[in-house]
Amino acid sequence: MVRFFSALGAPLLAFVQYLGELVLLAADTFRSIFTHKLRWKLFLNQVVEIGLLSQLVVIITGAFTGAVFSAQTFFQFNKLGMGSAVGAVVSVSLCRELAPVLTALMVAGRVGAAMSAEIGTMKVTEQIDALRALAVYPVDYLVVPRVLAMMVSMPLLVAECIAVGTAAGYLVAIFMLDINGTYYMANMVRWTRSRDIIMGLSKAFCFGILIVFISCQKGLATREGAVGVGRATTEAVVNASLAVLICNFFLTMMFNIIYPAGYQ
Amino acid sequence: MIEAPPSPNVSAESPLVSDNSSPMIAVRSLQKKIGDQEILRGVDLQISSGETLAIIGRSGGGKSVLLKHMVGLMEPDSGEIWIQGQNIIGLKERQLRAIRKKVGILFQGGALFDSMTVEDNIAFPLREAGERDRKVLRSKVSEMLEVMEMEGQEDKMPESLSGGMKKRVGLARAIIRRPLCVLYDEPTSGLDPVVADSINRLIRRLQQRFGVTSVVVTHDMKSAFDVADRIAYLHEGRIYFNGTADQLQQSNDPLIQDFLLGRSDGGGD
Repeated sequence: MVRFFSALGAPLLAFVQYLGELVLLAADTFRSIFTHKLRWKLFLNQVVEIGLLSQLVVIITGAFTGAVFSAQTFFQFNKLGMGSAVGAVVSVSLCRELAPVLTALMVAGRVGAAMSAEIGTMKVTEQIDALRALAVYPVDYLVVPRVLAMMVSMPLLVAECIAVGTAAGYLVAIFMLDINGTYYMANMVRWTRSRDIIMGLSKAFCFGILIVFISCQKGLATREGAVGVGRATTEAVVNASLAVLICNFFLTMMFNIIYPAGYQ
Repeated sequence: MIEAPPSPNVSAESPLVSDNSSPMIAVRSLQKKIGDQEILRGVDLQISSGETLAIIGRSGGGKSVLLKHMVGLMEPDSGEIWIQGQNIIGLKERQLRAIRKKVGILFQGGALFDSMTVEDNIAFPLREAGERDRKVLRSKVSEMLEVMEMEGQEDKMPESLSGGMKKRVGLARAIIRRPLCVLYDEPTSGLDPVVADSINRLIRRLQQRFGVTSVVVTHDMKSAFDVADRIAYLHEGRIYFNGTADQLQQSNDPLIQDFLLGRSDGGGD
């Protein structure tokens, strides 16, 4: 029994320590945001890296998710004679769940991996020590611009994903499934409320923060050369993706109290 | 714990350190354990202003660890490090900034920022200090590259530089803000004898031209003899010998003889 609890205790302690490191990094970063000058050039570079260069991935994800969701919903709803309600379902689902979660997973894979690999490589090649030795605090230089860029980029990417997904769903419904476009649009507009969009964008903001801190923390904690960089990158993507999926449930429950679903 | 025998033929204090001068760097009873391994077991060392000290010792003996402690990149388990009369142990990262402006460090592999050109690497400390004038930055970078004998290499990326060039760019970056003290971590390791000699000359020239205090960590004895006013031998986590190059060469201590002659069968063990 003692062995069982001690076997359970070590990973639990490691997990608590990991959470603590994440919180400390976040606290340090927010303190730096409010007390130190922002390096605008680095911030804009990161906006390009995170926001601009992720667009293709996000557009493709949004388009095909919207398209397939439209088709699947139609196959079910058509049996009930509710084909024109597909637009509302696709739109609300994209706003509330699909666009924020899928965009976050794609960004975790593309941007989170790149962040942890870049910072991790800097760590193992003593570039972070060089920053510190040159009187530059690594959190100010590496983490703050990434966090702010992610806060700006993620909601915009999710908004783009929602727009593209909705458009793709509409095109599939009208041109492939022969749904009446007017009813489709009317139902979509009637059932999609601004609170659905706000909920999606709020989730995007939260997921962005999760991804950027998990990735930066993994990068900064990298050890043991190239193997360590590979491990940090994998762990960053896995942890960020899991965190997004787990937090999504709790955010949904929380936001549903603030912004209840449905037409009211 | 193995007790280090008294340094043969040498007093504990360097003859170059006068009693009344405040040392640039003072290390007192520094101890550091990494994992289960005791790396430093109570290092005591003083470096005067304008002096060049070489710290020699076996690979993996803790020389680089000691150097990183001197600029606050590592936190010791116990002991003190005084830089110009200020104890840096226990200072937070942001509080160390003032100290780090006084002390530059050349890392073993150069530690250049691989996303920046040579020019941006060298100009980095100036940009961080608030200098924005491109003309001023360019001229200061050109001046540093001239000192390093690397004129016209401004636009190269670190990946296209040789090991010796990387070290020289790293050195230029470390000294562009004119620190009072420069720490060199294995400045000649992995370099051919000619390039190694040019680095040694550079260290000497910097000391003569700018009067900087230098601490050179090396296991290259030629480099140590070329650049150092004083040599400290780090053995099993303690300073085993501390004296001039002549005193080191005249020493009859078997451990030192083994190290100087590169004998591995260990007459002194």
